[in-house]
Order: sequence, then C-alpha cells, then structure tokens
Amino acid sequence: MAVCIAVIAKENYPLYIRSVPSQNELKFHYTVHTSLDVVEEKVSAVGKSLGDQRELYLGLLYPTEDYKVYGYVTNSKVKFVIVVDSSNTSLRDNEIRSMFRKLHNSFTDVMCNPFYNPGDPIQSKAFNGIVSGMMVQTG
Amino acid sequence: MQAYWNSSWLRHRLNLHQERVVHLFLAENFKDLPLPRFVVGKNEAEARHAALYQDSDSQSVYTAPGTALIPRPPGRGHPNKKGPPSSSSLPVHEVIQPLAPSIETQPEPTSPVISPHQSPPTSPHSWRKHKRQHSGGNADRQQVVAATGSVWTQFREPQTGPVTGDGMWSSHSPPPPPSQESWVSFTADTPPSSTLPAMHPSSVQESTTIRTVASAATTNEIQRQSSGYDDPWKITDEQRQYYINQFKTIQPDLTGLIPGSAAKEFFTKSKLPILELSHIWELSDFDKDGALTLDEFCAAFHLVVARKNGYDLPEKLPESLMPKLIDLDDSAEVPEPVAEVGYSASPVEVTPNKSPSMPSLNQVWPEMNQSSEQWETFSERSSSSQTLTQFDSNIAPADPDTAIVHPVPIRMTPSKIHMQEMELKRTGSDHNHPTSPLLAKPPEMSEETKLPPSMKFVAANTVGDGYSSSDSSTSDQEPITRQRSQSGASPEALKVVAPPPPPPRPQQSHSRSSSLDMNRTFAATSAPGQPQPSTTAFPPAVPPRPLPTQTSVPLTGHRVDSEGVPAGGAVLTTTSPQQIPQQPNFADFSQFQAFAASEQPSSLPEIDKHSEAGQVEKMSEGAGPLRTVKSDGPADERTSAIVNSAKGSSGPLAPPPKPVRRRLKSEDELRPEDEQLGPQKASAIPAPLTAQPSIPRSVGKDKKAIQASIRRNKETNTVLARLNSELQQQLKDLLEERISLEVQLEQLRPFSHL
Repeated sequence: MAVCIAVIAKENYPLYIRSVPSQNELKFHYTVHTSLDVVEEKVSAVGKSLGDQRELYLGLLYPTEDYKVYGYVTNSKVKFVIVVDSSNTSLRDNEIRSMFRKLHNSFTDVMCNPFYNPGDPIQSKAFNGIVSGMMVQTG
Repeated sequence: MQAYWNSSWLRHRLNLHQERVVHLFLAENFKDLPLPRFVVGKNEAEARHAALYQDSDSQSVYTAPGTALIPRPPGRGHPNKKGPPSSSSLPVHEVIQPLAPSIETQPEPTSPVISPHQSPPTSPHSWRKHKRQHSGGNADRQQVVAATGSVWTQFREPQTGPVTGDGMWSSHSPPPPPSQESWVSFTADTPPSSTLPAMHPSSVQESTTIRTVASAATTNEIQRQSSGYDDPWKITDEQRQYYINQFKTIQPDLTGLIPGSAAKEFFTKSKLPILELSHIWELSDFDKDGALTLDEFCAAFHLVVARKNGYDLPEKLPESLMPKLIDLDDSAEVPEPVAEVGYSASPVEVTPNKSPSMPSLNQVWPEMNQSSEQWETFSERSSSSQTLTQFDSNIAPADPDTAIVHPVPIRMTPSKIHMQEMELKRTGSDHNHPTSPLLAKPPEMSEETKLPPSMKFVAANTVGDGYSSSDSSTSDQEPITRQRSQSGASPEALKVVAPPPPPPRPQQSHSRSSSLDMNRTFAATSAPGQPQPSTTAFPPAVPPRPLPTQTSVPLTGHRVDSEGVPAGGAVLTTTSPQQIPQQPNFADFSQFQAFAASEQPSSLPEIDKHSEAGQVEKMSEGAGPLRTVKSDGPADERTSAIVNSAKGSSGPLAPPPKPVRRRLKSEDELRPEDEQLGPQKASAIPAPLTAQPSIPRSVGKDKKAIQASIRRNKETNTVLARLNSELQQQLKDLLEERISLEVQLEQLRPFSHL
C-alpha cells in the first residue's frame, strides 16, 4: 500500500497529492518533488524511441531508507508518483504496476469529465476513492 | 443567455404559474391524489431550469415532483441557501396566472402549479405537500409541507428577486412559518384528499382554464409519484419528458450522445458550482466516455435538479438513475445493487460498467413504466448499445467447430463392405483403430480419414470392389480384409462424409499402384524378359514389375526395416515379394497376393508360401541380381506399399487396396493374358507363371499345363493379393504420415503468418 500518491502535471506542478499520514506531509511532498528529477531523467533516457515505445511504468525511481518511490508517466507527460513504505517489502512490481494502471484509468476518467479543466487540481470524488483504496490502510 | 437570465424572473413566474396551473388541475381532478410530489420542488427546479435553459415552457411543477421524489434532505432544511430566492418566487406566483398559457405549453411533469387564485398562499403548496405526504415519507412530507408553506408565505411577499430556479427551489427550504406549520400539520395529518377538496373550490375556477398540458403531465406524475414514491431519485414521466426535450435541444437524435463540452455548457447554466457539476458528471457518465446518452443526460439532469432543490448529491449513482436502458418493465423500484456495484466498482472501464448494467437492463426504472416505450428505445440504443453489443458478443459464441468433421477418412472405397466399414470407422475411427488389431496403425485411421488423397483410392472402386469382394470372400483373412476394408471403409466413410471425389482412375496411373503398369508391364514383359517388364510393370517410380523378385526381396527387407510390419505382413511380404517377380506386374500381383494373403488368415499366405516356394526360389534367383539394381526404387515403393498393405491401416489401406486391387484385377486380368502371353512374362516370372506360357505351347499338355498354370496363377494370385495388401498397408502408412505432415503444416501456417 502506498504511503503517498501524487499526480504531477506536465508542467511539473502537482495536480493531486495525498498522503496517508496526514501529518508530516511535507516530507512526502518534498520526496515527490525530488523524484521528478529522476522521472525526467528516465524519460529523457528513453526519449530516443520517440516515446511511443516508451514504457509508461518507470519502476523504482529511487529507494531511501524509509521508503521507495515508483514512477509512471503517461503519454501526455503526466506523472504519477507512488511512495511506498520500505518496510512493505511484500509489494511486488506487478502490484505497483496495477496500482499505476488504476491511477491512470481514474485519471482518464477525470479527464473525460468536461467539467474538469486540465491543469486544475483533481477534486474528483471517484479519483479520491480510488486513491484511498490504494493508500496504506493505516487509517 | 444574458437576456434570458434577465427574463429569468419572468420565467420563474411562468414556472410558478405552471405550478399553479398544475396544482389547480390536480386539485380539481385528483382530489385524492397527492399532488405531484415534485410539485414544489419540481416547479422550482423547472423554473430554474426553464430560466436556465431558456425553456419557457418548463413547468414549475416540474420542480415540484422532483423535490417530492427526492426525499428532502437535510439540505432542504438549510434555508440559507434558498431563503432569499424563495422570496423571489412569490411575486412570480402572483403573476402566474397570466402566464399560465405559456406555461401550459410545456408538457412537463408539472406539479400542480400553485394557483395564485387560491387565496391561501399555502394552498398550492399544501397541494404539493399533500401529494408528497400522501405518497410517502412523512418526515419529508412534513418538511416539504413546511417548506412549501414557507415558500408560499414568501411568495406572498412580492419580490422581484432573481428568478433563478433557486428561488423556486429554495422556497422549499425556508423554514415553515407558523401559519404553514399549522397548515403543515393539517396536511400532514389529513390525507391529501381531504385537503384537496378544500382546495377545489378555489382552484376550480382556474383549473378549468388551466387544465391542458399540466393536467396530463400531472396526472401521470401523480400516479407516478403515488406509485413509486419510495425512490426519491426516481424520475417521473414529466420529468423525463422534460429531460428528453432538453436533450433534444442539444442533440436531436435521441439515440445519440451529447458531447462533454455541450453538456458542460448546458449544465453550467444551472449555476451549480463546477465542482458539483463535475461530481454530477462523474455520477452520470456511466460509461465514462465523455459523452452523455439520453439516460445519462436524464440522470445528470435529475441530479442537477435535485441539487438545485437542495438535495445533496449522492456518492454513487442511485439505482433509479442508472442508465438501465431496455426493458422498462414494471419492475419499478427493483433495487439494482448490481448496477450500482457495477457502477461503483468499475469506474475505470466501460465494460464492467456495462456488464452490471446489463442485468439492470432488464430491470425497470419505475418511472419508465409509463413513458417507457419511447424511452426504452432511446435508452436501449443509447446506453445499451454497448451493453447490447456485449450482450451480443456474449450471446453469440463462436460457432462450434462444426466444420470439424468427424475425422473419418474420406476414402472413396466403392465397395459396400468398405463403405460399411468406413461407416463403422467413421462412427468411431478411434474404435476402429483398436478394433482393428491388424491395423498396425490405428491412428492411421484417423489420419487416413483426413487424407484427401485417400480419395484417390476411392476411385479405384473397381479394384476395390473386386478386392473387397475378394476380401469379403476371404473371411479367414478377415483381419487383413478388415484392414483393407476398414481402411477402405474409412476412406469411404470419409468419402461419404465429405466426398471429395477421389480421382479413382488417376490412381491407376499413380506411382504406387501400378496396376495399370501391370498392363503395361505385361505388355512389356510379354516380349522382353525380366528387365523390360520390370521397367514398365511397376509404377513409374518403381522399376518394372518384372523385377518383382528384386522388389519382393528388397520389399521384404524394406518392410522389415521400414515399418513394424506385423508378422503376418512380414510373412506376406516375404511371400509376396517372392511372388512378385513371378510376373512383370508381379509386384502388383504379389501385392495383391500379399494383400490377399494378409486378408486371408495365414492360411493363404502359407499356401502361397508353399505354392510359391518354388516361385520364390525362382524369383529370388532372378530377382537377386535385379533386386540390387532395381530394388531400390521399386523396392521402396514396394516396401512401402507392401508395408501399407501389410499393415492394413484402415485409411490408407483402402486407397492402396484399391490401386492394389486394380492391380489385382489387372493382374488377374492379365493373368490370363499372362497365361496366354506366357512368354511375354518376364523371365522373372515365377515358374507357375512361366508355366503359363508354356501351356499354350504344348497342346497336349494344355490341360495339365493349364491346370497347373491355373493353380499357379491362383497361388500367385494369393501371393499377389497378400503383397497387395501389404503394399496397401504401406501406402496407408505413408498416406497417414502425409496427412499428419499436412496437418502439422497447417498448424504451423498460422504461426508462420504471425
């Protein structure tokens, strides 16, 4: 389960950030922010393939002693970042991928909403629900 | 829009008027019927919508039912939001009358418009309240009543505030003034009917003039409300009709979709916060396609109306708002947990949404009962299209591979026996395999069945027939005969099943069955000795039959080497090859003999062996040198054929037997010729054969010679028959192999494409 889930817009500003531990969110915000550099690095590395063949799932961006950060980029350069607790070693790569897939789908649904202006913070309840389902169940 | 907004007040008044109209009508005609639940709410909502959407005809009543349907949430209680607007509705109310006609034009589920004529400001509201209360939800009713009462009180106050629908709706929310409270209690306590009559006298006057559309709409609405009041989210007919009309303004095609942008503009008019609209969209866009079908649109509209009326938006799409298209049976408030579950569970994918909606398709929206037909079609097309497609896809499973014909060898064995056996085989090719122990290759049966080439053998009907007859005759050699017949049968069966007309005749000239060759060989061998006939006798590939000895020997060798020829087959092969050299076409003959021998239980072979022992010797002698030379080619074929025949694989046997039979026949036919041609026969011809030509030589010896030759011929016949059978078996095997290879090739083809 994720500890923090963030959706970063193409211009690298956050569209949605949510952390499970309501406190100490700043730490996660900072982590997500720093992970953007890694994302860019990975994206540019694969850029040779024009991005079409680029894998959306970036995998583990970088691990820290406390947690691991996974990244995912859509074709529209919208980035999803998931921070999971390092102690949660049971999380397999497939699970992370599925989480990203769900995020992407939910994000797509949000985008489909005509009342949503791209670039606005995501306030969709459905999206929140999805994210909540993926967050650590620590309450 | 601006201009319209400016006139919103006017519209609001119109809506109110509509309400009144409807109300009056209801009051008059439906004394006992509760006022459309959504009278008040709907009126407001509709008024608002009318204003919003420039729908002057929107009956205020429309709002009322909505509110009535929707259980007044606590939100209703918050008058704050709607307090001020409510006041604005009052003046409208007073102006309703003159506007009645215009309002009436709207065929919307207008709750009975609160007729201004009714002196008691609360009367119309009471109507509505009655209705609502009557229909159900006492608490709500009371609330509603109170709200309406408050509204009315507010209405009384001439106000020219913004006429947005909010005013109408908000009218509900304001706390009921004391007067209305009393009224509320009154209405709450007494059934609408009681109150309604009270209203009648006042409303009668106007009801007469107001009856038109409102009445119709309200009647339905009332009935609806009374019937399906339990579901607050239900959409009444009037409401739905209104929604549909609104839908038409955006999308004339009721089965089409409203693009997101258009819907956004439309619903933005409702002045709801974008966030709420976004949430409404999320709820209503069931298939997440960014567009609204008629169902989705109605659901969204309904949610907007409800929200306008103060109802909080649900977290999930209510069942009644689910785009259940199709069947609008009367399953009314059938809870659709499936649909909801589907909705909630599959926000991401369309198919999951669809799937749950599919079962809900058959469920009916309560409100659909009335205006169902028309609506059903819309919804079905619009929303259920995908579901239907899914349905269809589900319903239309891939056709079972009917094309997969029973793997019955399509042999065209003409012989009846073969046919029968083929059928047997067909019924159970597998069975046949095991049942035919002699069938060295039970699988061959199936393979053979698939063998199209086996059809060729069918062509050799004549041969087959003759052979079959001989086979049948040789009951002792049942196994062999069976093999052949079975093989023949299987192919025949196949033939029967899928009669690819096997080129029977071509077989004659086919490489293996050199039956015709025998003729040639005979003719050829007539003059020349072994070498010549050998060249011609055998199948093209096979050197002439004249080298039957050669071939026979190598055949035997091959046989033994190549395939696990059954002992009998081996025996046959040994004998047949030996017999083969006896005649130029001996190969065939030997085959035949072999086959025949194989068919016939060992007896014949044995006999043949004995009888042809000498022949064998001769053959072996003659064939020896020749064998080495020519054995290879013909030997192979021979061996294969022999093997095939020996094995008596059902499928291949049939075809091979036929050609073999042909040979036999030809051989048989040739035999007499041989006899006549005595000298024509190659030197390799076994003694008995050689004896034949000698017959005519000495007349005196004719009888004896003839008899001897006859015997020998018979022996050779048997030997050849055996040989034939063996060869046929070999052929069968090869054919089966070929079939298997072809199958593999076919299987590999798709991969190659990939």
